[in-house]
Amino acid sequence: MAKVPVQFTLNGSEKAEFVESGTTLLHALRDKIGDTSPKGGCHQGTCGACSVIVDGELRLSCLTLAETCSDADIRTTAGLAEGGVLQPLQRAFLDAFATQCGFCTPGMIMAAKVLLDRTPNPSREDVVEALSGNICRCTGYEPIIQAVLTAARANSQNAA
Amino acid sequence: MSLALQTFSSVKDANAALQAAGTRYLGGGTLVVRAANEGDVSVSSLVRVTDPGLSRIAVSGGKVRLGAAVTMAAIARHPELAALAPAARAVGGPAIRNMATVGGNLFAPAPYGDFAVALLALGATVVTEDSEMPIEAFFAARDGSRAIVTGANVALPGTDCFRFLKVSRVKPKGVSVLSIAALLQRAPDGTVTSTRIAMGCMADRPIRALATEKALLGCKLTPREIAPALAVAGEGIAPITDPIASAWYRAEVLPVYLGRLLSN
Ligand SMILES: Cc1cc2nc3c(=O)[nH]c(=O)nc-3n(C[C@H](O)[C@H](O)[C@H](O)COP(=O)(O)OP(=O)(O)OC[C@H]3O[C@@H](n4cnc5c(N)ncnc54)[C@H](O)[C@@H]3O)c2cc1C
Ligand code: FES
Ligand code: FES
Repeated sequence: MAKVPVQFTLNGSEKAEFVESGTTLLHALRDKIGDTSPKGGCHQGTCGACSVIVDGELRLSCLTLAETCSDADIRTTAGLAEGGVLQPLQRAFLDAFATQCGFCTPGMIMAAKVLLDRTPNPSREDVVEALSGNICRCTGYEPIIQAVLTAARANSQNAA
Repeated sequence: MSLALQTFSSVKDANAALQAAGTRYLGGGTLVVRAANEGDVSVSSLVRVTDPGLSRIAVSGGKVRLGAAVTMAAIARHPELAALAPAARAVGGPAIRNMATVGGNLFAPAPYGDFAVALLALGATVVTEDSEMPIEAFFAARDGSRAIVTGANVALPGTDCFRFLKVSRVKPKGVSVLSIAALLQRAPDGTVTSTRIAMGCMADRPIRALATEKALLGCKLTPREIAPALAVAGEGIAPITDPIASAWYRAEVLPVYLGRLLSN
């Protein structure tokens, strides 16, 4: 199978790789580039664990072909912490016990991040809607919703 | 299982490439890449088109031209497409809506195709490189179709003329038990003068509720007057059975939800 070049920015750094044509972005990120923060839960679009942000929009990396992301700006949960300091969203997940086995967490955080980037003071309904494509088998969701609301409050206090 | 992706800048060249066996068009990929991930060996090659015209939304004179690559998210946030937004928002979760296209929704088998149900009720036309056909004709020929859909033309309904309902078990988002879209024109006294009603999950693709449409003419939308129209809602349906609901269940609940959608 012919290899094709893919080139994009991942969390602010330029990446270039050769992948087999038809490779999913999830596979390229995890197995070629070594960013294992997006998780492969179902490869069916159903669980949301593979969620990443492509050009500012939440996408499922398991259903996105890497070749279609040429020159894109890709963000994953691995790129959030700065100098080892967690972002308020990540800190809130830890504090609220919103992560247990942790498998859904990177996808949840990406879905929550696009929400907070656009809607800094979301309602509970906004949070539920924003996370509606992400499945968690551990937490029962409530701690996750609370973590996102707490992070939103922390962000707005920092901004004030 | 390996896939080869071919990228073209024009629909014409992509249409030629699509004639090869095992080749499918790639819209947002939410169904076709999923099928490949699942091990569907009938897909060996994908074709995509980068022409930005396919992602364009053009509103003018009460009509909209939706390019086939327009996503559900783009429709949901478009200020002039408020009438279509509920149907676009009904599709999947946020990430799916950022990827799912109008073209792909027209091809999506039940229980998917919620947005296509709305397009059917609105009497949209489906456009390819060399034809424009009524959406009913498109659905009738869909299985054998190899031509790339380039867009859909839709007359935007007036305020209060268009209603959409999706019923799912998983809240807030889930696959359809059924979806219904109704375009209702009414006289000043409230009687129905014309209507188009479309249903999802009542066959393998969206279908019209023709008997209900006929029975509604001349009725006011009160529970008593719509009762005969609800009684014939099951005519011509062949609901799907899937893990969400059986065909029997879907047929049983159809008149209930249709009644809720129609009655004022
Ligand atoms: C988790 C999940 C939840 C979902 N929930 C819903 C839901 O609630 N409601 C719903 O309606 N759907 C749902 N879907 C199904 C799907 O996401 C949508 O129907 C979507 O609109 C399909 O569009 P796409 O662009 O992703 O299609 P693709 O996967 O790209 O294509 C689907 C099929 O259509 C063909 N095709 C696509 N575009 C064209 C074109 N322009 N010309 C010719 N052929 C074309 C492809 O070759 C393929 O055979 C869901 C899917 C997943 C994975
Ligand atoms: S792995 Fe992509 S949605 Fe589950
Ligand atoms: S923490 Fe285990 S799946 Fe969410």
